[in-house]
Amino acid sequence: MIQLLAATTSSVTSIPLGITHEGNWFLQNAWLIPLIPALSFIGILFFGKRLPRGGSELGIAALVIVFLLSICTGFAWMDHRDNFDGEEINQSLISGEHGEHGEHGEHGEHGEHGEPSLAVVNTTTWFITGGVEFSVGTLVDGLAVMMLFVVTLVSLLVHIYSTDYVAGDRRFTHFFAFLSLFSASMLLLVISENTLQLLVSWELVGLCSFALIGHWWEEKDNSNAALKAFLTNRVGDMGLLIGVTILFFASGKLLPDTFGSFSIATTNALASSSLLPHSTLLIAACCLMAAVMSKSGQFFLHTWLPDAMAGPTPVSALIHAATMVVAGVFMIARLYGVFFEGFSIGGSSINLMALIGGFTTLVGACLAFVQRDIKKVLAYSTISQLGYMVMALGVGAWTAAMFHLFTHAFFKACLFLGSGSVAHSVHSFDMKSDMGGLRKKMPQTFRTFIIGSIALAGLPPFAGFWSKDEILAGTGGWGIMGGTNGNGSYTFMLVMGMITAALTAAYMTRCVYLTFFGEFRGHGNPHESGPRITIPLWILAVLAIFAGFLNLPKGFQLAPESLQERFGHYVEPVAGYFPKISHATPSWSLAIISTIVVIVGISLAWNYYFVKVEKASKESGQSLTELPGGLTTRLVLARMGHTLLVNKYYLDHLYTGIITRAVKEPIAELAYRTNQEILDRTVDTVGRTAVKIGQFNYHKIDQTVVDGFVNASGRMSSYSGEELRKIQSGKVQSYAAILFAAATILAGLLIVIV
Amino acid sequence: MLLNQFLILSAVLFSIGVYGVLTRRNGVMVLMSIELILNSVNINLVAFAAFREAIPGEVFALFVIAVAAAEVGVGLAMVLLLYRNRRNIDLAGIDSMKG
Repeated sequence: MIQLLAATTSSVTSIPLGITHEGNWFLQNAWLIPLIPALSFIGILFFGKRLPRGGSELGIAALVIVFLLSICTGFAWMDHRDNFDGEEINQSLISGEHGEHGEHGEHGEHGEHGEPSLAVVNTTTWFITGGVEFSVGTLVDGLAVMMLFVVTLVSLLVHIYSTDYVAGDRRFTHFFAFLSLFSASMLLLVISENTLQLLVSWELVGLCSFALIGHWWEEKDNSNAALKAFLTNRVGDMGLLIGVTILFFASGKLLPDTFGSFSIATTNALASSSLLPHSTLLIAACCLMAAVMSKSGQFFLHTWLPDAMAGPTPVSALIHAATMVVAGVFMIARLYGVFFEGFSIGGSSINLMALIGGFTTLVGACLAFVQRDIKKVLAYSTISQLGYMVMALGVGAWTAAMFHLFTHAFFKACLFLGSGSVAHSVHSFDMKSDMGGLRKKMPQTFRTFIIGSIALAGLPPFAGFWSKDEILAGTGGWGIMGGTNGNGSYTFMLVMGMITAALTAAYMTRCVYLTFFGEFRGHGNPHESGPRITIPLWILAVLAIFAGFLNLPKGFQLAPESLQERFGHYVEPVAGYFPKISHATPSWSLAIISTIVVIVGISLAWNYYFVKVEKASKESGQSLTELPGGLTTRLVLARMGHTLLVNKYYLDHLYTGIITRAVKEPIAELAYRTNQEILDRTVDTVGRTAVKIGQFNYHKIDQTVVDGFVNASGRMSSYSGEELRKIQSGKVQSYAAILFAAATILAGLLIVIV
Repeated sequence: MLLNQFLILSAVLFSIGVYGVLTRRNGVMVLMSIELILNSVNINLVAFAAFREAIPGEVFALFVIAVAAAEVGVGLAMVLLLYRNRRNIDLAGIDSMKG
């Protein structure tokens, strides 16, 4: 087992890292996984247009290969993890091996959880500069393996879906090239060994997101949305850069013979070992939190995510629901040691991360109620669910957060692809003016959408229920009612989560009603999409039903013990690079209450849409989307709230109208002044001086001196030629005379000199 | 051995040759004068070779004779062509290269 030697002022401490360089072939060679889509990207760029299917076959082939590789890696990891559960663990630990920083060390305590699950780390030197070695590598553990599976599966399904969805598009090949590049970058991100590699792939996925949001850049709105996403992400990326730098130099203070370490395992181990000062960790965690807020759409940097729906729907499903936006959540999970210590998550009842997550989840859910655009409903829902994950991490429910990430990827991708299927046939995203009554016309899409909605709302036994319930239990706020405290008593977060659960159920009911029930309000004759769209929908829908069973709660009486907490067992690291978190046990009472809350949410929305609006529609003879003379027209307060939501809390106004203007206008003024008064004047002066020098040069030097020389030499040669031509008489004998005369003179000279 | 006589003969021949080259208008006469110049050189070479008892001078003279034969062959051919084109061989009339 590899240990880390850290030097404090007084002593040298060795910290178990919980990593190994040994492992199954698949665990050792995980670097192949991002490489294959990267090659496919290059292949599509160069040969895509010449291939019969425009390069999509290359992308799909690459994804099939990496999907299979990921599954093999997953099984290899489960095997690897189980080996360390058994008896032979002690031997394999004592035999030990040399680490980069470490030495042969006795395996120390592995924490209260028992055996460490050794992450398989392989690195190679990227470059060396100034005595610091920068490496790239792979860190394969349960988290990475889980992410590999999610990313490759969703990406593969999205590839297949896209062959139908963007068929005939002008930039079809370009689209698939970027999907490949995105897959490569995202896979690189999830197996990053160090924070620098994480940063690079983080930027790469941002770039792909930018390019794909702006896929139809001919429309100004789309390119604006792409720019907004890119620029908003830049704000957070600064945080990531600063945070990574802080952690690098902070680790350098403790490690002998080096400036610092980018290694994730080392950073986490140092953070967990309480050698790093708390203030450093807090600042680093806050900086990294900014990155999470922008990438994972946390309030108040979430505004780019709804606008990002301007991109093609498969992109929204892949990038803006299932994978890229969870990069922030993944980053927290990866550097959990830093966050756990930095925000003092254990034993507390409130912290910045939990607060941001809890607030985001509520804010996003509220906004989802006032959207007309089906994709924007889902986008705000994604923000809300990402808030759920961040909140879960904020309260220390690491496994629950990752499990929610896992299940959410399936059901949200299912919903997004379902909305794309609907939009594909009605040629619009507007639920109020162009949808309604699609239940009969698109039965496959309808069924999968319903499954995804129920999973999102969190009704048992669908996937969303299990993960959401674990998060609620993980808040530890249920302690008074028979559950146990986890890392603290985050009662406030529990309340936030409960309210959001009800809201989620209600807005999804609204969305389903507006899309699939009532009378069709659009034009044309919508019909079911083809198999390349419905098959991915069904695969995701099946996962949305069953994925929840992977992590049945511990102590769940209806399932054998061997099936409980399988996900947590394999995914959650128990090692030196992971903080010692404590786990809350789920309680029946909480599960029942949360289910009731969800049912209440559905019932209220059902009562409004399926009963009242339906009745009003029948009476008025046209398909309505809301009650005439509803609450917002009767109550001033409700109207104000509605206006606030429609305007998205005025955040866009705040950013562009106030902050950007407040920053931009003085800068623009100053820049204008500087430009006019200083730069232009300087340039003018330089220009005028140049003109004067030029004129002087022209008149005095060029015209007189240079031209004089040239003219004189011309005249000279003309004159001399005139004279010399007389010698050339054309008569042989005169030439001979000159020859002899010259010979005579030379002979005379010879005699005189010699 | 008296070298002077040979040198004087050669100088006289050379001067006659030069005079002929510069003054005669007949092309054939100019060629003959050139032959005189060359032969004066030959006399010089042979005289010095005999005087210094060195073979190379005589060998060189033989070369000069051979080259002179070739030269006079080309020269006479040119004179013949001149005659064909102009019906005379007066060198004074050939000044089409006048600058």
